[in-house]
Amino acid sequence: MIKFQINGRDVSVDADPDTPLLWAIRDEVGLTGTKFGCGIGMCGACTVHVGGRATRSCITPLSDVAGTSVTTIEGLDEQSNHPVQEAWRNLRVPQCGYCQSGQIMQAAALLQDIPDPTDDDIDAVMTGNLCRCMTYPRIRQAVREAATAMTGAQDNG
Amino acid sequence: MLKKIFLGAIALGVIGALGFGVYAYKSPIDPITADQRDEFDPDTVEKGRILAAAGYCATCHTAADGPAYAGNYAMDTGFGIIYSTNLTPDVETGIGSYSPAAFRRAMHEGVDREGRHLFPAFPYDHFTKMTDEDVDAIYAYIMTEVEPVKTVQKENKLPFPLDQRFLQAGWKLLFADFGRYEPDTAHSDAWNRGAYLAEGLTHCGACHTPRNLLGAEKQSQQYAGAEIDRWSAPALTAANASAVPWTAAEFKTYLIEGTTTYHGVAAGPMGPVVHEGVRELPQSDMDALAIYLADKVGAADDDPARSDVVLTSLQRNQPDPQYRRDLGERLYATACASCHYNAEQIRQGRPDLGINSATNMEEPNNLIHVILDGVNGPEGISGVVMPGFRGALNNNEITAIAAYLRSNRAGKPDWPNLADTVADIRVNGPTAH
Repeated sequence: MIKFQINGRDVSVDADPDTPLLWAIRDEVGLTGTKFGCGIGMCGACTVHVGGRATRSCITPLSDVAGTSVTTIEGLDEQSNHPVQEAWRNLRVPQCGYCQSGQIMQAAALLQDIPDPTDDDIDAVMTGNLCRCMTYPRIRQAVREAATAMTGAQDNG
Repeated sequence: MLKKIFLGAIALGVIGALGFGVYAYKSPIDPITADQRDEFDPDTVEKGRILAAAGYCATCHTAADGPAYAGNYAMDTGFGIIYSTNLTPDVETGIGSYSPAAFRRAMHEGVDREGRHLFPAFPYDHFTKMTDEDVDAIYAYIMTEVEPVKTVQKENKLPFPLDQRFLQAGWKLLFADFGRYEPDTAHSDAWNRGAYLAEGLTHCGACHTPRNLLGAEKQSQQYAGAEIDRWSAPALTAANASAVPWTAAEFKTYLIEGTTTYHGVAAGPMGPVVHEGVRELPQSDMDALAIYLADKVGAADDDPARSDVVLTSLQRNQPDPQYRRDLGERLYATACASCHYNAEQIRQGRPDLGINSATNMEEPNNLIHVILDGVNGPEGISGVVMPGFRGALNNNEITAIAAYLRSNRAGKPDWPNLADTVADIRVNGPTAH
């Protein structure tokens, strides 16, 4: 039995310790916003936060997250109104939408560490998140917009 | 004439053997029963708990998935496999029959209650420096708090004659320097406290000092760096290969949090040292250790944030318009840069691999271990995980990433035999200490 927190809630998962975190999240905990893409940590679709840091859940064994705090797309913001999510909606970023939860989780983590990223910064950090629909220009624009919203919010408050 | 020389040689041999026998003989110390044990006051027990943690007793005296302190942890010593013993207060199979005097003798002289010499895999050559008071506190903790467990001790796999315990006395005669820590008046009290801890209880040299052919630490090369479980324990001297010099402040952060902004994370055998060990010590002791280590490594006190080496490393973070031609750089951009990228300054928790110790050391082992098996469990930053790429990347790909980091990011000469080392560590490297 492996215990950890997911979106602020305590969970215990009874599965093989080698089970990828992704499958524990989807099949055991039942949160299906996190997607399976490549299964080898190369496409970013499965990105969640572990301890606040973007982590590829498809190659993270369940045993590694014992005692940690995991956040999925469902828990990024209670109302789904994280500035990155708002920017995503405003700019209608997704096309097919499959990669977007991973993209959003990665972008949210990026903005925590680099609040005012240049395009090069965005490209460098987001390169590991693939979008089959090639919406990269909109992704980059949405990250910039979210950055502005977040730094603006901080300046005002 | 020849006969006289021959007889003389025999006589000398006999006298030598007798002398050695006298030296090697250690009398048994009477066993005690659980009822004969003293009651210990809670402060002493708590002090013992902290000291036992900072001496990593449980790390080597607990088998994988076994009960704490019950021994049978396999140590591949290079001479053969030694299984650690049961340290629980079980009277028959643990150390429950040890009186405080017997426990002190074991810690200070490496001799068990029955008078047998212990193998130097047990770092009594360090613990000999500890005060009676500290040793007694560990005794109080073990006897009070550790659950007694009955075990069947596994047989060591040592070739003859290395398995002969009386010969260990010869090793001691040659290499062990017995006696409590003597303060060095040339240094401050804090430095001496750090030295007392580092050279005794926390036995830093057991991993960071190279050993001779008979497995003894080379005292002339204290902290010069060594290999442990296929990981590289870096030099804690001026020869330390870090791109950014260590400071006392960085040492302290590292020993408490398992990471620093400018060096990297505590992983492999160093993981439990931090997360199950020294961080339990009081702040003043952490300061003392940091002061001592900073002195050993010849630390500067400059803030590295705007140093040339850091600015250069940040510059090398920026995506190259040509990138993705090279396999290593392409894979790095896809698999690593989402976390290992820094913009204008290096953030703690985003290890910058251009200045990271693992990419700057002479051996690629630590970098390969981390790419293969990640940073997890009692390693790195608490609650944060780096997944391993063992199942995702093949040896060729891991070699390419490591080669890219070494040459393009650290700007150091290529590692020789990199591909072979990757293949070796994948197959033979232990995934955890």
